[in-house]
Amino acid sequence: MTKQVQELDHVVIRFAGDSGDGMLLTGVRFTQETAVFGNDLSTLPNFPAEIRAPAGTLPGVSSFQLHFADHDILTPGDAPDVLVAMNPAALKANIKDLPRGKDLIVNTDEFTKRNLQKVGYATNPIEDGSLSAWHVHAVPLTSLTVKALEDQDLSRKDAERAKNMFSLGLLSWLYGRPAEGTLNFLEQKFGKKPEIYKANVTAFNAGWNFGETTEAFSVRYEVKPAALKPGRYRNITGNTALAYGLIAAGKLAKLPLFLGSYPITPASDVLHELARHKQFGVRTFQAEDEISAVGSALGAAFGGALAVTTSSGPGIILKMETVGLAVATELPLIIVDVQRAGPSTGMPTKTEQADLLLALYGRNGESPVPVVAAASPSDCFNAAIEAARIATAYRTPVILLSDGYLANGSEPWLLPDVASLPDLSQDFAFATSQTHVNGDGEFRPFKRDPQTLARPWAIPGTKGLEHRIGGIEKADGTGAISYDPDNHDLMVRTRQAKIDGITVPDLAVDDPAGDASLLVLGWGSTYGSIGAAVRRSRRAGYKVAQAHLRHLNPFPANLGEVLRHYDKVLVPEINLGQLALLLRGKYLVDVISYNRVRGLPFQAAELAGAIEEVLAHA
Amino acid sequence: MPDALGTPNSRLESLTLVPHATGLAAKDFKSDQEVRWCPGCGDYAILAAFQAFLPTLEVPRENIVVVSGIGCSSRLPYYVNSYGMHSIHGRAPAIATGLAASRPDLSVWVITGDGDALSIGGNHLIHALRRNVNIKILLFNNRIYGLTKGQYSPTSEQGKVTKSTPFGSLDYPFNPVSLALGAEASFVARSVDSDRKHLQSVLTAAADHQGAAFIEIFQNCPIFNDDAFAPIKEPSAPGLIRLIHGQPVRFGPNGSLGLVQGPYGSLQAVEADAVPEPELIVHDVTRDDPSYAFALSRLDSSDFSHTPIGVFRSVPRQSYDSLMAAQLEQAQAGGDGDLATLLAGNDTWHVG
Repeated sequence: MTKQVQELDHVVIRFAGDSGDGMLLTGVRFTQETAVFGNDLSTLPNFPAEIRAPAGTLPGVSSFQLHFADHDILTPGDAPDVLVAMNPAALKANIKDLPRGKDLIVNTDEFTKRNLQKVGYATNPIEDGSLSAWHVHAVPLTSLTVKALEDQDLSRKDAERAKNMFSLGLLSWLYGRPAEGTLNFLEQKFGKKPEIYKANVTAFNAGWNFGETTEAFSVRYEVKPAALKPGRYRNITGNTALAYGLIAAGKLAKLPLFLGSYPITPASDVLHELARHKQFGVRTFQAEDEISAVGSALGAAFGGALAVTTSSGPGIILKMETVGLAVATELPLIIVDVQRAGPSTGMPTKTEQADLLLALYGRNGESPVPVVAAASPSDCFNAAIEAARIATAYRTPVILLSDGYLANGSEPWLLPDVASLPDLSQDFAFATSQTHVNGDGEFRPFKRDPQTLARPWAIPGTKGLEHRIGGIEKADGTGAISYDPDNHDLMVRTRQAKIDGITVPDLAVDDPAGDASLLVLGWGSTYGSIGAAVRRSRRAGYKVAQAHLRHLNPFPANLGEVLRHYDKVLVPEINLGQLALLLRGKYLVDVISYNRVRGLPFQAAELAGAIEEVLAHA
Repeated sequence: MPDALGTPNSRLESLTLVPHATGLAAKDFKSDQEVRWCPGCGDYAILAAFQAFLPTLEVPRENIVVVSGIGCSSRLPYYVNSYGMHSIHGRAPAIATGLAASRPDLSVWVITGDGDALSIGGNHLIHALRRNVNIKILLFNNRIYGLTKGQYSPTSEQGKVTKSTPFGSLDYPFNPVSLALGAEASFVARSVDSDRKHLQSVLTAAADHQGAAFIEIFQNCPIFNDDAFAPIKEPSAPGLIRLIHGQPVRFGPNGSLGLVQGPYGSLQAVEADAVPEPELIVHDVTRDDPSYAFALSRLDSSDFSHTPIGVFRSVPRQSYDSLMAAQLEQAQAGGDGDLATLLAGNDTWHVG
């Protein structure tokens, strides 16, 4: 049977099932196939905080959404074109997001009376006509998988477990994805268990062949490769990119990397990743708590390491006392906050950008700390290097903001040319040489570099530079304990001046014709959503400028000028207006906030709506 | 290992990675800062003993780091001319852990107090001890909060009347030695501020230990808890039990008392002449099972009728930092990691 092939420019697929169904793996493998095929892509995993909530229940549903296209895209897509629902709970939790007329693939085997009852379906939605608005492909995925494996010596449980590979095979056929990568992956993963490996390959092929032969699918789709910038690519998540950025920064600064960390969602993967790379001299320390995690990092920084601590909001607040000590002792330290929905425990696996004011102001006293934010999963790599540059050059703690969406989301990454990465090494001899020793041989640990206002980083083991530092106010220059009123005023202002004086690039504005009246200004992970929304509005004929802040403290020097250049400034944030508060306070510009705090990234359509509404009232 | 009261005749085992220096004297470890404790404070004696002890390490000044928390005792790093950090309340063991784990060439000392180590910093203390990081923790125990002007501490006796407990404190105190033993410490000792010779011998034994060492130092606060340790301040105090490795435990008038096994693993004081000699306990710091050292620590009583001092326990266990260094060394045996290879990973594709 020859199937009709329909060409599409983009597709959004959402895989949904029980947390134990392996949908995340299915999604990640499909993503990898898609990446190798050459589409641009963006992903959004969405999973509960519970590791294995009761099977078949709504709280147990996890999903993985993938947007891929023949052109460059910025978001994981607002709404799916295809929903794969592995059970009634997955259907119920996700069907409201599937626009009418779109494809729905359901695993009919799981639509048993008991499973339907668990989520409150009185009748089977596949049979009662309630899904008639969608294009339903009812496939008995589990029994087809078991049947394909009946001649293999497997328990029924193991056979059923391979249904995610059957689904992956079917979807791979449907969208013409190359299968080699997945087959290689299965060999690597299950090579030592030949029967499981064989079962997964058989299930994958059975799914592929099922698509080709069944009448349930009359059309297969084609999404041509995207015209991406030439080069070598890989797919990467934000947490992996962040870990790589830290390793790279250590190499670029010629400093040993030390990570003190305590497990927390969604930051733990940075610890996991760094723990694997000891061949780069990386020391990872899983501490007894968040306070010890940052404390150990500060100790390592005192000892001359590029020191990092990673956490999420609930851990960051515990660390702030030590961040204050790093401000007072003026030691380099990187604090990574992979933000999640708060307050308190909030929604650990859901994203948010509501820790901005915590990062800027969450300490006692006048305690300025530079803050940088990553804009996309792969950009976490660059953001980590930038945080390291500021920390080491200015001898200061730096807070690096990522979030749950960036952490687990992925996108293709044009691999950087290692040789072209910035050289972060400096004259740390500035720290170890005798330049700060007075004529009488006395070392002055708080005598500053006139350009950067950084103090010497004099590490233990260096003869002649023995000194004591601490949290008590220090006399300018000598660093001796000082309670002198004027000295305190000087030190408070000097610490602030040092941070204010950090060199950061000017804010670049995307305003193609230079005639926009509205600027949309964002920071952090909203970069993709805002960019997609701005494109939409421009296609609809609106004149809109876009800019995105990497540096939240200090702000780029031209920010005030940029803000005042536009009639209106729209600031979308996944919080209640924290950047807007800063902009109003600092620049006296009446920016317009757009805020949704649902634990999810913005949808491009809602932001486009917000843009058009602002312009409609212009 | 050296006798707990002896001096090692070779270089200390825990300092093999630390550079060597000779010819230093106590005065070399005095900083230019004016010492600002209250007159009569026990901290003066401990500081002087510490400064006089440091040259015996034969470590260059620049390779010694003293880290402290917050409290009266935690001001000590300012007065020692080495590298030092006066950090935040309770966190010194955490900071010292990061430093020692990444710099095996340093000799790292933690100065803390009963409030700092046992109240706000209790978690860091127990985990540093169990990990066996190569740091030496000196806990100055004066059984009171001095810097905040006299509130009861986690080692104050129950019923302590202070500004914050005008009707007497309600909570039961910690026994720091018992706590350290329960936290899997590989080296636990106790000394007294006023007995310089004893204190220095314990410091030497701690320095010689590979891994975390915990030393409780009874320290008098003349302002808020004066004479808290008066009953054992005399060298011949009857309740003072001087523990000497390899020797029978003898104390009391003319050393007439000894220790024997009691019920349920406890130890009991007896007239030594009244029991056959083989039944008398001979002190052994190297017992792997901490029960014996724990039983010794439980001899303590609020009236100081039995107060052991000296090294309770000193057993070999690989230190955290040396294990970490070994993992790194193994990973780097085939050369340093290549950044471009790391970034590319296993699944790449070409465009254009």
